[in-house]
Amino acid sequence: MALSKQEWLALEKKANELRNLCLDTTYWAGSGHIGGGMSVMDIMTVCYHKYMHIKVEDPNWEDRDRFILSKGHAGIAYAPVLCDLGFNDKEMLKTFNLSGSKMGMHLDSNKVVGVDASTGSLGHGLSIGVGTALAARLLKKDFKTFVVLGDGELDEGSNWEAAMSAAHYKLTNLITFVDRNHNMIDGNTEDVMALEPLADKWEAFGFIVKKIDGNNIKELCEAIDFAYENETDKPVLILCDTVKGCGIDFIEGDFRWHYGAFDDEKYENGKKALEKSYAARIERVEKEAE
Amino acid sequence: MAGGLSYTAEQSTSLSTAEIYGQALVELAEAHPEVVALTADLAKSTKIGDFQKKFPDRFFNVGIAEQNMFGVAAGMAKAGLVPFLSTFSQFASLRSADQLHTDLCYQNVNAKVIATHSGTSFGQAGSTHHAICDLAVTRSIPNLTVICPADGYETYNAVMAAYNTPGPFYIRINRGFDRVLYKDADYGFELGKAVEVHEGTDLTIIACGSCVFQAFQAAEFLEKADGLKVRVLDMHTIKPLDKEAVLKAVMDTRRIITVEDHTVIGGLGSAVAEVVVESGKGCAFKKLGIQDTFAPIGLHEDIMSTIGIDSNGIIEAVREVMKADFEEDNDWDDEF
Repeated sequence: MALSKQEWLALEKKANELRNLCLDTTYWAGSGHIGGGMSVMDIMTVCYHKYMHIKVEDPNWEDRDRFILSKGHAGIAYAPVLCDLGFNDKEMLKTFNLSGSKMGMHLDSNKVVGVDASTGSLGHGLSIGVGTALAARLLKKDFKTFVVLGDGELDEGSNWEAAMSAAHYKLTNLITFVDRNHNMIDGNTEDVMALEPLADKWEAFGFIVKKIDGNNIKELCEAIDFAYENETDKPVLILCDTVKGCGIDFIEGDFRWHYGAFDDEKYENGKKALEKSYAARIERVEKEAE
Repeated sequence: MAGGLSYTAEQSTSLSTAEIYGQALVELAEAHPEVVALTADLAKSTKIGDFQKKFPDRFFNVGIAEQNMFGVAAGMAKAGLVPFLSTFSQFASLRSADQLHTDLCYQNVNAKVIATHSGTSFGQAGSTHHAICDLAVTRSIPNLTVICPADGYETYNAVMAAYNTPGPFYIRINRGFDRVLYKDADYGFELGKAVEVHEGTDLTIIACGSCVFQAFQAAEFLEKADGLKVRVLDMHTIKPLDKEAVLKAVMDTRRIITVEDHTVIGGLGSAVAEVVVESGKGCAFKKLGIQDTFAPIGLHEDIMSTIGIDSNGIIEAVREVMKADFEEDNDWDDEF
């Protein structure tokens, strides 16, 4: 599925809209996991707006592709994606994190329409994805399962149990992403608990690893195309090098923005930063598009 | 619905509870293509080898990785399969407790945990393999139905009830050859309803699992030796608890003893005590089980004897509670 310039521009526009909606939600909620929300937004945009087969009018359609956000704290980015698609009323975003809301910071699959798995406790998503991928095979269904892992989350040993099983069962209908934004609550991943050499680890666990710039929509599309065309019996892991807080320059790459609050001034500055970042991305498309 | 239990009482005495589970699962799988089985390198120990032979494509051994097994099962259930997960109770309730809580129960998926080697039934393996906290853990998790069957026939009924009732289940069974309590599977098993296995009006023993048979033997003996009429309730469903049966026991007998192969903190005894205390009615009460300690190593029957949950221990406790009446006076000197 080659990416046309028009499509690339449309995806950039959508990613920018969703980043703005994520910032709005953080502002409405008073605070949120905006750092990891911004780093993962391009991955979610590309999955939901180019690749995944879903039916907004039939959210539990049994043949739909599954999306499992294992780094469930990025719910503040995921909720805007699902509301923008129409699974839930956009007005719900104004209740995010508030008492009595259906939307807490980790989205509940029994309360928020379109969520395929309730996540938040880290190290659970890949196992669930292995389960849906195995079920697809057994039920002779073509749907694919997309799982997005955080990098800090990979400290949890359960991921590696799941990784072993994905390779063991040769789950080529499972596409796994790591949002490698290099930061976790207490600091840089390499300072807290070193993950590198991360690609080697996944390869050793039986995956084909595609290492890309995870905030580059074209590279994301190429990597997913690669996973779709994979004719080996190994599952594909897309190792997405990303920037925590991507798009808001004054929080980018700063682990302290794993979770943070936006007052009026920061919100206005955040909006301006997103505008600037979007312009730069469009310029890149103009230069690089075929 | 499967065709019913196709083996006899004679076979039931020669098959372990886990083997009966294995047979029940095969029956279910023959009738329902969506039933799948998972284990964590314990296919042999949890007796689901027959399932593996008959339905190799529906059998998943995830290796020694319980956390992954629970997550995988949740994913399968979300996609329309009905997974039965089997491992030792100790690992099902503690090693993968977060996955049980979040993946199975919070998401309220249709997955069934068959936790074998429960209580001290894997006695010689020691405390690493004794599951003495699992009822306390599992009964506190919302959405989860918790069953502790008394024998093989009840295990069969519990497995069938689990299949026929949507939502997550935790069924705790023993390792070994449990004494057979029922003549067959047709004794009116109903989820959440205790079975009165011995009539009585002097005292009520509320038991679960292998302790029910011991309580039944104790009641038979006490009737002959002491002329006591002891009611025995098989409280197979720990959650939702049959509160009505507990209250009726308070009303009719005013003396209750609970018996479980589990710590006395948080399990059946605690569940019953909550009902009694909230009723505000006076009742002499004693909890038999493991008294906030790790159990010794040994054969299951020896451990049951040591911790006082075999028929001898129960008889002794009944005699004690028959003497220790509940107090209605205002004298607290003997309490502190």
